[in-house]
Amino acid sequence: MPEHILLRHRDIPHLDNLETYRKNGGYKPFKKVVTGMEPQAVVDQVRSAGLRGRGGAGFPTGVKWGFLTRDVFPHYVVANADESEPGTFKDREILESNPYQFLEGLAICCFAARANTAYVYCRGEFWDLAHTLETKIDALYQAGLLGENLFGSGYNLDIYVHLGAGAYICGEETALLESLEGRLGQPRLRPPFPAAEGLYGKPTVVNNVETLTNLPPIMDHGVEWFRSKGTERSPGVKIFSLSGHVNRPGNYELPLGTTFRELIFEHGGGIPGDRGIKAIMPAGASSSILPATDEVLDTPMDYESVAEIGSQLGSASVIVVDDSVDMRWLVSKTLHFFRHESCGKCTPCREGTYWMDKIAARLGSGKAYPGDSALLLDVARGMQGKCLCALGEFSTMAVVTAMEHFPDDFNMPGGDDQ
Amino acid sequence: MFEKHREDVERILKKYPAEHRRSAVMPLLFLAQQDEGFLEAEAVVAIADLLKLEPTQVASLIGFYTLYHPHPGGKYRIQICTDLPCALNGAEEFLEGLCKGLGIEPGGVTEDGLFSVEPVMCLACCDRAPMFQIQGPDGIHYHERQTVEQAMQVIQDLRKGEEHA
Repeated sequence: MPEHILLRHRDIPHLDNLETYRKNGGYKPFKKVVTGMEPQAVVDQVRSAGLRGRGGAGFPTGVKWGFLTRDVFPHYVVANADESEPGTFKDREILESNPYQFLEGLAICCFAARANTAYVYCRGEFWDLAHTLETKIDALYQAGLLGENLFGSGYNLDIYVHLGAGAYICGEETALLESLEGRLGQPRLRPPFPAAEGLYGKPTVVNNVETLTNLPPIMDHGVEWFRSKGTERSPGVKIFSLSGHVNRPGNYELPLGTTFRELIFEHGGGIPGDRGIKAIMPAGASSSILPATDEVLDTPMDYESVAEIGSQLGSASVIVVDDSVDMRWLVSKTLHFFRHESCGKCTPCREGTYWMDKIAARLGSGKAYPGDSALLLDVARGMQGKCLCALGEFSTMAVVTAMEHFPDDFNMPGGDDQ
Repeated sequence: MFEKHREDVERILKKYPAEHRRSAVMPLLFLAQQDEGFLEAEAVVAIADLLKLEPTQVASLIGFYTLYHPHPGGKYRIQICTDLPCALNGAEEFLEGLCKGLGIEPGGVTEDGLFSVEPVMCLACCDRAPMFQIQGPDGIHYHERQTVEQAMQVIQDLRKGEEHA
C-alpha cells in the first residue's frame, strides 16, 4: 500500500497533534511559500500542477485563483466545509484526523490570494469537529503560525470557523457566502462571480476542504511529482467515498483514473451476500445513475472518462446499489432529499422538486396513477436547463437516468407505462 | 437575554468586520437556542436589536435552517439520517425500531419531554450507517454504527444523567 497524501493520518498516528504534524514536515511548505515566493508564483505552480476543485465541479484551482480582481482589497478566502451531498464524507475524515494539513493548505491559499482573513464554513452538524478545529487554530496562533508578521515576512493571517445550521444548498459557493453574511442560503445570480464580488462584496476564493488539503504536498514536492499520479487531464489522487451496498464502505485515497471495479471489488470488498450489482451513482444523490455493466465497471474514474459514459465524477461519492433495489424507491429517496433542500428562490426548482417528490412517492409506494412515470419524466425534463443553480439540475439526474437504464422498474402494475 | 452569555457574544462579534455584524446572526441563534432548546420570540427580537436588523430578517433564518427550532421538542433531539446511503444499510428500519423502543412516532416526544426522534437528511457519515446525531443542551454529537440496542443504551445513560442532575 503506497503512502497516503491526503489521508496521511492513516500512516502517521496522532497527526492531528501540531507537534507531530510539524515533525512530519508540516508547515515547511507554508514557510517556504511565505518567506520565499511571490503570491503569483504560488498561483502559477498550482495552475501548472493542474489541481482541479475536489468539491464537485472539478474546475482548475489555479485558474479560479487567477480570476481574483487585483485592485480591490481586502480579499477573502472561504473554505467550504459544508459537506452535505448524500454519499460524501471525505472532508469529515480530513477535518477529524488530518486537520493541520487542511489548515496549512488554507493558509497557502490565502497567501496566494493575497488575503489576510479566512473563514472555514463548516456545516452545523459538524459541531464537534468545528469546535475541535477551533482548538487547532488556537494552537497555530500560539505556535506563531497564524497571526501577525508570520516568519518575519510581514504577512498577516487570521482564520475563523463559522457554523452553518443545516442546509445542503450552502455548499453552493454563492449560497454559502449569503449564509456567511447572515442571510438565507440562496444562490446569487452570476456574474459577478465571487472572484470579483464575493464575501462582503470583495474578491473571494471559495475552495473545498480536500482541494486545500492538496496544497501543502504540491508546494512541497512540486508540479512533476503531483502530475506523476492520476491522468493527464485529471492529475493527482482523489478521496473516493464509497457507500451503499458494499462490504467495506469508507474513504479510499486512490489515483484519479482508478476503475470502478477496483474501487468496489478490491478495496470495497464487493457486494454483501455476493448479490448482483445493479447500479452505481458516482457523484452521490446528484449523479446520473450508471447501470453496472462491465463497460461501466472498467471505466477509469477521472472527470473526462466518467463524463464520456454519461455521468459525472463530482465529489467522487460512489454509492453502490445491488439488484434488490427498485429504482422507483431509489428515485423517491433522492427526490425527497432535493425537495427538502431546494432553497425556494427559483420557481423551476421550488415547484419542480415538490411535484417530482409527490409523484415519485406515489410510484415508490405502489399507489401510482396511470401515466405517473411519464409525468415524472416530463417534469424532470421541463426543469433541465432552467434552474438558477446546479441543485435543480441535480435533482433531475437520477430520475431521467433511472428511467433510461431501468425502464422495467417503472412499468406499474395496473397498466401504467411511460 | 445575552446578559449571562456576554463573553460568548463578544467572542462571536469579534469574528466579523464591525461593519458586517449581520454575519453574527447564525452563531447568536445557536447561542440563544442553547438554554431552552428552541428559539423564543424574545430571543429573535434581542438578536435583531443587537445587530440592528428587523426581527423578520432573523426569524426567517429559523425556518430556512433545520438546526434552528421555533417550537419545543425533546430536550435531546435524536436526528436519524435516513438518506439514500444510510437507507441502503437499514436506517429506515433503525428509525422504526428506535421509535418503537421509545413508544413514540417519528416526530414525537417522549412523555417525560426528554427525547424526540425525527428522520433527517444526509449527515456525511454514510460509511458508518445506521447513525444519528443528538442535538441537545451541550451541542450536537454523532453516534455512529448503531444498533437499536446501542441507541437505547445511549438514551438510558442520558436519562440517568438527567435524574441525577
